[in-house]
Amino acid sequence: MALIDLSKKEVHCKVVYYGPGRCGKTTNLLYIHKAMDEKDRGKMLTIDTKGDRTLFFDLLPLNLGKISGFDIRIQLYTVPGQVMYEATRRLVLKGVDGLVYVADPLMVRRERNIEGLEDLRRNLEKHNVKLENMPLVLQYNKRDLCDTPIPTLTVEQLEQDLNSQLKTVYYEAVATTGIGVFETLTEITKRTVRHVAEKHLLTKI
Amino acid sequence: MADIIITAQSQEKAGNLIVNALIKAGVRTALLIDSAGNVLANCGHEQQQIDIDAISLAALAAASLAATSQIAKLIGEDDFSLLFHKGKSGNIHFGRIGEELILITIFGDDVSLGLIRCRVAELSDGLAQIFEG
Repeated sequence: MALIDLSKKEVHCKVVYYGPGRCGKTTNLLYIHKAMDEKDRGKMLTIDTKGDRTLFFDLLPLNLGKISGFDIRIQLYTVPGQVMYEATRRLVLKGVDGLVYVADPLMVRRERNIEGLEDLRRNLEKHNVKLENMPLVLQYNKRDLCDTPIPTLTVEQLEQDLNSQLKTVYYEAVATTGIGVFETLTEITKRTVRHVAEKHLLTKI
Repeated sequence: MADIIITAQSQEKAGNLIVNALIKAGVRTALLIDSAGNVLANCGHEQQQIDIDAISLAALAAASLAATSQIAKLIGEDDFSLLFHKGKSGNIHFGRIGEELILITIFGDDVSLGLIRCRVAELSDGLAQIFEG
């Protein structure tokens, strides 16, 4: 749920990075945090366990400049990817305005990617939101593993598994080195702000 | 969950209500947030406001209250009516306002929890009316 502050001319949106465990959601946020100028981002908040797995969520607030006179403030969240944390994921999804689904290219994680997307659909429905109506970008992460002997999924396989019905935009990425990270962020931000702006007829962006 | 639109008028009204009921009673900071973790109003003494990372506090408070509500359901309750943490010199109280809003109150030992609970309950309808109509 976006917050539009007409007195300060600010729009606040919530973007959630979703995906199976260890697909690189937190790594995306860490890269953005490291790469962005301090004046354009807030503090990164992480609630993780000793093993560096996200327990509740990560949060990174960003200021992305002005569009049509409105300051755009985006809050990036991640969810814990492990199957057992479904209830936590549902809580973090509350009030979401845009989604990035991060997929793992490892062949052994193929089912997890598909299950994760179904889990997302189910949890959104519990908030009375349809996945098809949300701004969504897919990110096929860890593409650097394709050059190693580890069995990985091709982009065609990932497209068939995850995007054959949604038909949304996807980006190939290597979140550890930043490849595709800002492309994904820019696209989901554009889509989210446009979605919110059009809904409230603020302006056609 | 509908989007929330804040106007200068609604912000001023909410700010006045919070200042009169809480800040003038000795509360250090009061934050009105929504259940997605957005800050709607931030009232209090200037230095206190600078010291507090309102964005992180709002996100954690929204998550904490949502988790608490789930815990309540697990033991057969609808929700817990009181969520309060006591520190050495600072205390924090979380109160639900209408369906979607949360009022976070930070105060010292010079203010009683009973007064805070009373004032938050009195404020509840007025604040919900401003933002939820």
